[in-house]
Amino acid sequence: MGGGRAGQDLHLSAEQVRVSRLTRLLESEKALAAALLAPGVAILVLFIAYPFVMALWYSLTSIRVGEAGEFVGVANFTKAMNDSIFQQAFRNTVFYTFWATVFKLALGMWLALLLNRHFRLKRIVRASMLLPFIIPTVLSAFAWRWMFDPTFSVMNWGLYHAGMITDRLPFLSSGDWAMWCAVLVNTWRGMPFFAITLLAGLQTISPDLHEAAALDGANAWHRFWHVTWPLLLPVTLVVVVFSVIQTFSDFQLIYVLTGGGPANSTHLIATYAYQIGVGSGLLGEGAALSLFMFPVLFAVVWVQLRFLKRMDNA
Amino acid sequence: MLIERKWKKWLYFYLPMAAFIVFTLFPFYWMAVTAFRPDSELYATWRQPNAAPLWTLQPTLEHFYGLMKTTAFPTWLWNTMAIAIVSTGISLICGTFAGYALARLRFRGSEFLGTAIFITYLVPQTLLFIPLADIVRDLQLGNTPWALMLTYPTFLIPFCTWLLMGYFKTIPKELEECARIDGATRFGAMVRIIFPVAIPGILSAGIFAFTLSWNEFIYALIFMSSADQKTVPVGVVSELIRGDIFFWGQLMMGALLGSVPVALVYSFFVEYYVTGLTGSVKG
Repeated sequence: MGGGRAGQDLHLSAEQVRVSRLTRLLESEKALAAALLAPGVAILVLFIAYPFVMALWYSLTSIRVGEAGEFVGVANFTKAMNDSIFQQAFRNTVFYTFWATVFKLALGMWLALLLNRHFRLKRIVRASMLLPFIIPTVLSAFAWRWMFDPTFSVMNWGLYHAGMITDRLPFLSSGDWAMWCAVLVNTWRGMPFFAITLLAGLQTISPDLHEAAALDGANAWHRFWHVTWPLLLPVTLVVVVFSVIQTFSDFQLIYVLTGGGPANSTHLIATYAYQIGVGSGLLGEGAALSLFMFPVLFAVVWVQLRFLKRMDNA
Repeated sequence: MLIERKWKKWLYFYLPMAAFIVFTLFPFYWMAVTAFRPDSELYATWRQPNAAPLWTLQPTLEHFYGLMKTTAFPTWLWNTMAIAIVSTGISLICGTFAGYALARLRFRGSEFLGTAIFITYLVPQTLLFIPLADIVRDLQLGNTPWALMLTYPTFLIPFCTWLLMGYFKTIPKELEECARIDGATRFGAMVRIIFPVAIPGILSAGIFAFTLSWNEFIYALIFMSSADQKTVPVGVVSELIRGDIFFWGQLMMGALLGSVPVALVYSFFVEYYVTGLTGSVKG
């Protein structure tokens, strides 16, 4: 608006000239796009692209805290592959991601179907269902750790008084149990994300389809399997991709719940990389360990991008 | 609606719904009960007779006073709040601008940039924390709130950009074109016409970004070293476990107080949050 009027004024101050030049420059789509994208891209380049390149470089050197180190080739990677703790951490990460995602999808889908019905207090129930996802994971993981406490566990108390156990369950003090406990807590935390996103997908499905299927004699399970599930598949795939990335790279839940123990049985790639890179100060080795996450994440992202493209073209 | 028998409704709806509610909310209930329970009740073993662990007989504020006296909890709360607000603000500004550019402006490489930003969206913090710690130190940001205020946008900007790009695409182009015909500059039309229309989308992105920054842990854990610079999650982890001893009453009180602000913000904007959440995974 100012640009046109300023042009007619013959006595332009230096300030006005500058402003009108800027306005005219911003009329060009390219210049405006560059100006609008610059701040965001600058932050992403400085704090994601640059550290990523640095991580690649670190992973090829023997750098440690206070010591520049030298180029060692792929020694850090081969060392990691021969490291039995890392092998276990990798297996744990796959196990944790797989089972937590399966449970989150199954329970989230069930919860979404329940929330899709009409009932009293629906809004408040739906809002409270999201709480595990809102509350900082570290804080809620402490509540779980306290519930799993070897001596004072409320769950042992409950099961004992319900007559279901005679001796306490080990929860976090046994390796097998601890991993399943971590899967449980991750499921608890991530299930609302699945439920609410799938619910949004469910709400776009016309009830007419279900009525028609019901009239044709389809029972509830058939209606779900042949009507709801195929229509929800695109949303489901995207949610699963996001969840796999988050779960595969998880750190805070394990850090609080078990710290990787007992005897490394719950270490994930991220917690082990933290222990080596920050705990022991072996920056090069730690960076290499973190990078082992990359191929898996890359594959998942690639699937996602392919899928988005296909949806765009459809 | 399909007609159902009453017992079927109980079996297939009320029962599982009740189970989901208990499963979801019990840990928070347990957090709250523990926070107000005196130590003498807290450390009664699980098999002790007459134990009533599901509620407390003598609610106490001792853990609250203990927390205030022995730690810098109010400072942590303030740090977390300030960092969440500033990083959300930065991300919203960058995300709104970038989202608008990618949705509306034609320029070479726009598709590539859109994809690149989407990929950074999917880069987890745990992949980059080691070199990032060195970068933060080299920029003299270590142990200052700016270390987090500038690094949190790395996972917030992509999300805000992506969400707002989708939102801008739903706003009819005619709106801008009319303003341009009336003599508005491109920049003016964007700021005065399009941004106000996009406020619900911006609010959704903001609420979601706020909860994400409140939740962040690993960067805060690594970049902040002195007790008065910590955020709530880091403070609770590092100051309330001394040696091997867990101060459960204070821990749960800290967890409760650290959860309330974010839960409050969420409760005021549930609908916007849900829009942000469901929009965050849409293309």
